[in-house]
This record gives sequence, C-alpha cells and structure tokens, in this order.
Amino acid sequence: MGISVREIPDTSIFDLRLSRRGKRLNRMCAALCSPAERDAFKKDEEAFMERFSLNEQEKHLIRSRDFKGLIEAGMNIYAMLKIGSATGNSLYRMGAQMRGETYEEFLKTRNISGAV
Amino acid sequence: MGRIVGGIGLSHVPSVGPVVDRKRESDPAWKPLFDAYVPVREWLAKLKPDVAIVVYNDHVAEFTFDKYPTFALGAADRYAIADEGFGTRPLPEVAGDADFSIHLCEELINREFDLTVCQELGVEHGFLVPMNLCFPHTSSGWPVKSVPLQVNVVQHPLPTARRCYRLGQALREAVSSYPQDLKVVVLGTGGMSHQLQGKRFGFMNEKFDQWFLDELERNPESLTSLSHHKIMEQAGAEAVELIMWLTMRGALSPNAKRVHRHYYAPMTTGMGLIAFED
Repeated sequence: MGISVREIPDTSIFDLRLSRRGKRLNRMCAALCSPAERDAFKKDEEAFMERFSLNEQEKHLIRSRDFKGLIEAGMNIYAMLKIGSATGNSLYRMGAQMRGETYEEFLKTRNISGAV
Repeated sequence: MGRIVGGIGLSHVPSVGPVVDRKRESDPAWKPLFDAYVPVREWLAKLKPDVAIVVYNDHVAEFTFDKYPTFALGAADRYAIADEGFGTRPLPEVAGDADFSIHLCEELINREFDLTVCQELGVEHGFLVPMNLCFPHTSSGWPVKSVPLQVNVVQHPLPTARRCYRLGQALREAVSSYPQDLKVVVLGTGGMSHQLQGKRFGFMNEKFDQWFLDELERNPESLTSLSHHKIMEQAGAEAVELIMWLTMRGALSPNAKRVHRHYYAPMTTGMGLIAFED
C-alpha cells in the first residue's frame, strides 16, 4: 500500500483512489470545456451521459443535481464547476447545497456577500 | 545574465476574471482587492521585468486526470486563452519566450526536476487572474512575456512543500545561468485558506493565512516542513495550493525585501498578496 492521505472531517480529499472512481464523471465534465459539447449536453443530457458511459447511480446524481453526492462519487470540484455552469448552478449555489443550507442562508455567513 | 528581480505570492480566485472583463473593479465589494494592486502595479512598472514565470495550477481545462503531470513547464512563444467551461475570456493571447523556456527546461531537468514540457498550452484562471491583477493588458497584448509553470495541487499525491521550495531554488540557478540580460519576476499563485467542497465548504482561517504570510517573509525554510495534511486541516483542502508560493519564495534570495502585503477575504477564499523585491 502507498501512503494514503489522512481523513479530515467534512472534507473530500481528491486522491488517486477517488479519481479512479470518478473517472467517467470527470471525463464527461472535462468535455464541457468545448462550446459544442456544452450545447450537446444542454440539448440531450441523457445521450451525453450515455456517451461517457456513466452508470445508473452516476446518471441519477447528475439528474438530481446532487453535488454532495457527485463529490463523494469521485467528481473533482473543478470538474464540477463545469457541470455547474452548464446547469445554471454557480459555485456558491453548489456550496450552499453541500453545506445543507439555502443559497440565502449561505450568503449570510459570508464577510462581504457582494463579491460574487 | 538572467536575474530575478521580484516575487509575488497571490491568490487566483476565478470570480476576479469576470470583474476585470466587465470593468467592475470599483464595485464596493471588489474595490479593496483592486486598490491593493495599485501600488504593486506601480512598483512593477518601475522594476520593468521582461518575463513573468507564473507558478499556477490548471483546473481541469488543459490537463485532465487521464494524464496528469506533477510539474509542467510551457515552452512556447504564445499561449492561448483556454475555455475552462464558461467560455473563452476576451483577452489577448499570452506571449511566451520559448528560448528562455528551453533554457529553463534544460537547466531544471539537469538539476533533477523532471518536468513535462509543453509546446502547446492554453492558460486559464489559475494563470490569468494573477496576470490580470499584476499586469493589466491592452488590446494588443500584455506588458511582459510569460512562462507558465504548472504544479499538481489537485490530485493527491502532490509534490511536497519542500520539493516545491527546492524547485524555486533550482529555478533561481536556472534563471541566473541564462546568458542574455533578462529581468524576471516569479508569481506564486493560489490559496490562501479555502475549501470548495464537502460540508466544510466556505471554510477560511485568517489566523493561519496571516501566520503563513509572516513566515513566508521571515522564516520561509520553516514552511517547507508543512505537511499537506496540516495545511488542509488548518486552512481547507484547497488551501494546499499554497505550496506553489514556496516555489516563488525559493526562487528569491533569503533576504529579499518585502514591499507589499494585503489580505481580503470577502466570500470563500482568503485572498492574500505579498510582494518581495530581490
């Protein structure tokens, strides 16, 4: 066994084991760096997911915009920003969901919530 | 002779990009950040560097996890603006200095830093936001040439803090051995405290960040023993990007003079700034 990273509460550490688990999801997100692929995703999400061979659980997480679940399934946070953008979910909206708060509740916890 | 004349540690928060593109720098929420860079830009205008070596990380735009380099150096005369999933920003392409990059590759690899060499490389917010803050562009281009130096701070295992610092030291030797007269600044980017996922999303730690800035100035060697775990535990998982600031600091002489320092943490990232003249 290699030296793996130690756990930190309420934190996901993106290591090779997690990266391997999330390979299909991360490949799909990386494709969204092309405008044509973003259009294809928006036009037919199901066909897009099929093209990247997502399994049923992964498809469910995408359909339900379950960002907490996607991170646990191995999606990298920077890959997730691309799916967030394609589905109209900003980083802060995704973050609020991961914290278990509404967007408005989350903004109230910030020092200067106008810097978005 | 190549000479390192300065180093800057600074955050690369993506939301700064649209602020620059839409000219919203004087919005009340953003003004404190941009005001802090006014004296930095004046200082840089006097230093007149020829090249900026930007130590940064890509965010799954150019490098994907199918193949992921630990250290990658740009060796091109131009770097395209990458689309990282939100559209291509309206910025001029970045001029490189391929001859200087090739020299750096030869010297660094000879010093046992086995880099991935990139003759085609697009750059995104990790690189561009620091450039926006330090070197305002015009429609015809940027005031300096650049060399992108990409570090894996995303997919563990990451290079250690000490390895990043030593890369900076090797970079200094490599720059010093360049036969042409060239003034170089090194930008170490990313951080400071932030966590972008999990229930601890939004976590920041100003006390840690201020301590890191103090140590970076007075006692940088001590930071090389920081573990990734300690940085992530104290300052959030994504704060581990701070190891890239150690490459910048390692490239400076130990007694480089700190000339600017600022800290602003409006939303989810402790946005730090520290500049050294060497």
